[in-house]
Amino acid sequence: MPTVGSPERLPLTGSDDVVRARHRVRELAIELGFDLVAQTKIVTATSELARNTHLHGGGGTLTMTEVVDGSRRGLRLEFTDEGPGIENVQTALTDGWSSGGGLGLGLSGTRRLVDSFAIESEPGRGTRVEVTQWLKRR
Amino acid sequence: MTTPAHAMIARRIVPDTEHDVRSQVPEQDRSNSDLGVRASIADVLSHRGEQLLDGWVARGAVVAGASSADDLRRDGGAVVDALGRALNGADQSLDLGPVSGLLSDFSARRTRSGDRPSQTAGLILALREALLTELDSTLDEGADRMAVAREAGRLVDGLALGSFDGFLAGREEVISQQGEQLLELSTPVVRVWDRVVAAPLVGTLDSARAQVVMESLLQAIADDGALVAILDITGVPTVDTLVAQHLLKTVAATRLMGADCIVSGIAPQTAQTMVQLGIDLSEVTTRSSLADALVLAIARVQAHTERAARP
Amino acid sequence: MTAVPVVRMQDALIAAMQEDIDDQSALELADRLAAEVSTHGARIVLLDVSAAQVVDSFISRVIVDIARVCRLLGAEVTVVGIRPAVAITLVELGLSLEGVRTALTIDDALAALEEGAGADGRLA
Repeated sequence: MPTVGSPERLPLTGSDDVVRARHRVRELAIELGFDLVAQTKIVTATSELARNTHLHGGGGTLTMTEVVDGSRRGLRLEFTDEGPGIENVQTALTDGWSSGGGLGLGLSGTRRLVDSFAIESEPGRGTRVEVTQWLKRR
Repeated sequence: MTTPAHAMIARRIVPDTEHDVRSQVPEQDRSNSDLGVRASIADVLSHRGEQLLDGWVARGAVVAGASSADDLRRDGGAVVDALGRALNGADQSLDLGPVSGLLSDFSARRTRSGDRPSQTAGLILALREALLTELDSTLDEGADRMAVAREAGRLVDGLALGSFDGFLAGREEVISQQGEQLLELSTPVVRVWDRVVAAPLVGTLDSARAQVVMESLLQAIADDGALVAILDITGVPTVDTLVAQHLLKTVAATRLMGADCIVSGIAPQTAQTMVQLGIDLSEVTTRSSLADALVLAIARVQAHTERAARP
Repeated sequence: MTAVPVVRMQDALIAAMQEDIDDQSALELADRLAAEVSTHGARIVLLDVSAAQVVDSFISRVIVDIARVCRLLGAEVTVVGIRPAVAITLVELGLSLEGVRTALTIDDALAALEEGAGADGRLA
């Protein structure tokens, strides 16, 4: 049964916030002991998802939490917004980078960067994306 | 690589209401007499803490050797504090989560330094003796000594059981580390020529290995300033779609770093299988042997070097 | 958000992307490069990204756009110094910077251009 530390929140309302989110997640990843490649992956995922929240979700919040599950430790990130929501989550997840608007949401790619990926979204009900990266021993 | 065990201890000492780690102690009756019994024990922990610790360390040194006395005193002190807090804070239910956590870390550490699980459990059980001794000297005549002794026993037994989880965690960590080292040893990347690096792969290529290979190869390109990377799969028995995907990713990544990637060592049967599976390596430069790949790589480097030398 | 400096050396332009570039600065860089190529008739653009620890889909797109725009204006763009961790992440994301030249160092980039290899510089 996973235990969690106390969550830390960051607003995602401006483009500066996206940069701030990248910085903070990198700091936490380094603190937790992630190697460089894992750090890069989680920070890049943060950049993608934070931008989505800012640009498509009308702004929202990033919640960062350290998690422990048995003998492994990890970092959990939750991106939430009260925006228009995604009409067809399944399509968004399988779409590459080509859905309307040029780059789409890039969720399928982002999902490959992290160990676990969960998304909840409904038109008019906002969006919530939760990703977790577990520490691998090196 | 070090596990910040002390950092983990520090984190777990802070009372955290979000903890839901279950204690190992079976459900207790919620009677007043039990609470009174716990109060007696809590009393000893707060007022006779030093003596309790002395007694525990003395007995523990018998089990684990005198040289560990300082460690025992420090870790033991933390456990006594946490136990006291748990008992004092308990109204109905008793949350031994933080204490279990401390002992788990303690156990894992001792396992890593080579202790047998019976030694670690022995250390924890030594607490029972020390606790009973202190209780014996502080309880007044009218106290229900049996009830107190039983409760103290239950508490320590539960904690000792929990230490086995810690032992297992410690063992798993050692195994995992060895696995990692094995993985890295079995995927060496070699500089075979000026500005040419090669990764001769042997054995099955699963996701974990493929990841290590890719990272090692890319790092070698960066370190060596390589212009060509050779991925030799002569020693890889089966190439299915998954393995092919790993290869394609590695090729793509080396290209992003400005290097060419040659895949060599595809056996005739493998080539046929790949065509049948619909694996498309048409964008990848391939050679059937590592030697041929090397010839191509050297030619490439020479052409580049000649160009670069001209004013 | 300081402007990225663009250095001119004969008919080559060199720009280094900073460590943590924000979206707006990336777009401004793209504009500047297009303007400089146009103004000076540059034939070579070297985009040094060795300081970038994170290259996400947006920056990746900007880089591809810079390459396409500059090619239309008569200059070849080479992206120099993608770090291993960044390369791995881009590939995982499914972004391969198709059709964009890459090189480990500026020297390699210039030598490759001299060789006259195609845009992908592929081996035979």
